[in-house]
Amino acid sequence: MTPRQRLWFFAVAAAGLVACYLWAFTGLPGFGGYPGPYGQEILRVAVQQTNATGVVSAINFEYRGLDTVGEEFILFAAAAGMSVVLRKLREEREAGPADAADPRTVPPSSSAVRVAALLMVGPTAVLGWWLASHAQASPSGGFQGGVILASAFILVYLAGEFLSFRRLSPDALLDAVEAAGAGGFAAIGLAAIAMNLPYLYNYLPLGTIPGAVSSSGTIALISFFVGIEVAAAFTAIVSELLDQTLLRSA
Amino acid sequence: MGIFPFLVVAWVVVAGLYGIVTSRDLIHQIVCLVVVQSSTYVLLLGVGYVTGGVAPYFFDIPLPAKAVDPVVQALALTDVVVEAAVTALLLSFAIQAQKRFGTLDPHELAEFKG
Amino acid sequence: MISAGLMNTLQVTVLAGVAAGATVVVRTRTRVRQVLALSVYGMLLAILFLVFQAPDVTLSELTVGAIALPIILLLAIAKVSKADRKRQQ
Repeated sequence: MTPRQRLWFFAVAAAGLVACYLWAFTGLPGFGGYPGPYGQEILRVAVQQTNATGVVSAINFEYRGLDTVGEEFILFAAAAGMSVVLRKLREEREAGPADAADPRTVPPSSSAVRVAALLMVGPTAVLGWWLASHAQASPSGGFQGGVILASAFILVYLAGEFLSFRRLSPDALLDAVEAAGAGGFAAIGLAAIAMNLPYLYNYLPLGTIPGAVSSSGTIALISFFVGIEVAAAFTAIVSELLDQTLLRSA
Repeated sequence: MGIFPFLVVAWVVVAGLYGIVTSRDLIHQIVCLVVVQSSTYVLLLGVGYVTGGVAPYFFDIPLPAKAVDPVVQALALTDVVVEAAVTALLLSFAIQAQKRFGTLDPHELAEFKG
Repeated sequence: MISAGLMNTLQVTVLAGVAAGATVVVRTRTRVRQVLALSVYGMLLAILFLVFQAPDVTLSELTVGAIALPIILLLAIAKVSKADRKRQQ
């Protein structure tokens, strides 16, 4: 099939797809007219039931906690799959950094970039940690905090300290932390089953102040585990790709 | 304003698919796939929007307030992070394809068997 | 609290920006330029989510779509271009 034929075929198919979309959208109640009962009901009862003022995090880690377990395992499988797919092929050998240096001249990173990156590592790590543990009050949560925490480690690499990056995040440690995060989340749910409650039920005692860290039960704890899992997964992904670029030959 | 966000979603999906169909580079295809995925986030948030509603965070807003739907926000939130990891997995497949077959052109790659 | 009329104009503008950004990302054929276009598109999406009253999703999209995803893409491109160059030698 020549490219032009392929393009015509795509045009016909896309026209059909757009026609079906438009037919479906005219059945919706228009932008801004959300009628659904599920969302309004959760907004009504969420703060009393869970003492968490961030309703989105309460949904993520309690009302729809089972969906979040599934999503976290997708992340886990993707990071694990990368280390399987990027394994050494038969004709590859492990070359030192000098061998893998590009023949074209790479400009050395300037001191301004290195100093700025090094200065921002600490605050970024603290910000990521804070976001991961305060899911129940404000727009934060395990997923965002974990990515920011991973980017703190990546800043170490960007500051030109590749070997420090490798020493700070060895493969074994990353795998262990990732497993601890995913396993911890599942274990919290299983502990609820051990107490004759439904899976992932909020069994820790609820405090009195809505929005404080210790008063929303298992939500803050689950968010912390998700945070370290996401951070380890993203650092492992970047570390695998860096291995490919800098250490493996060809 | 009643249907404009959904038209934008349809446009983004068709643009992304057009990029995938007419692409000569695996990396370009993967980035176009990311664009198609982003249209679903816009669709989710567009469906859940309530005119005049505020964000569903009640730390400093008294409770009986008209807020946008929090369920679709929870879905979109985990979606964004997880699909980045899946994109990284796709990129590792592209790297291995480069190593084994020496080319990243999808038309040439389609002719290899096994 | 922003009045309903002003919010509407802002939303329409950012939606149009998102549609234009998607077209630009798809039409850029050079690898590194496309990654930069994707980063800008991610920031436009983050603004759109903020205007749709979803700050959590904004934070996610900003960290992932404008920072983590371009880094991963650039590393993969560097790996692939190096192998390309070695093959041509």
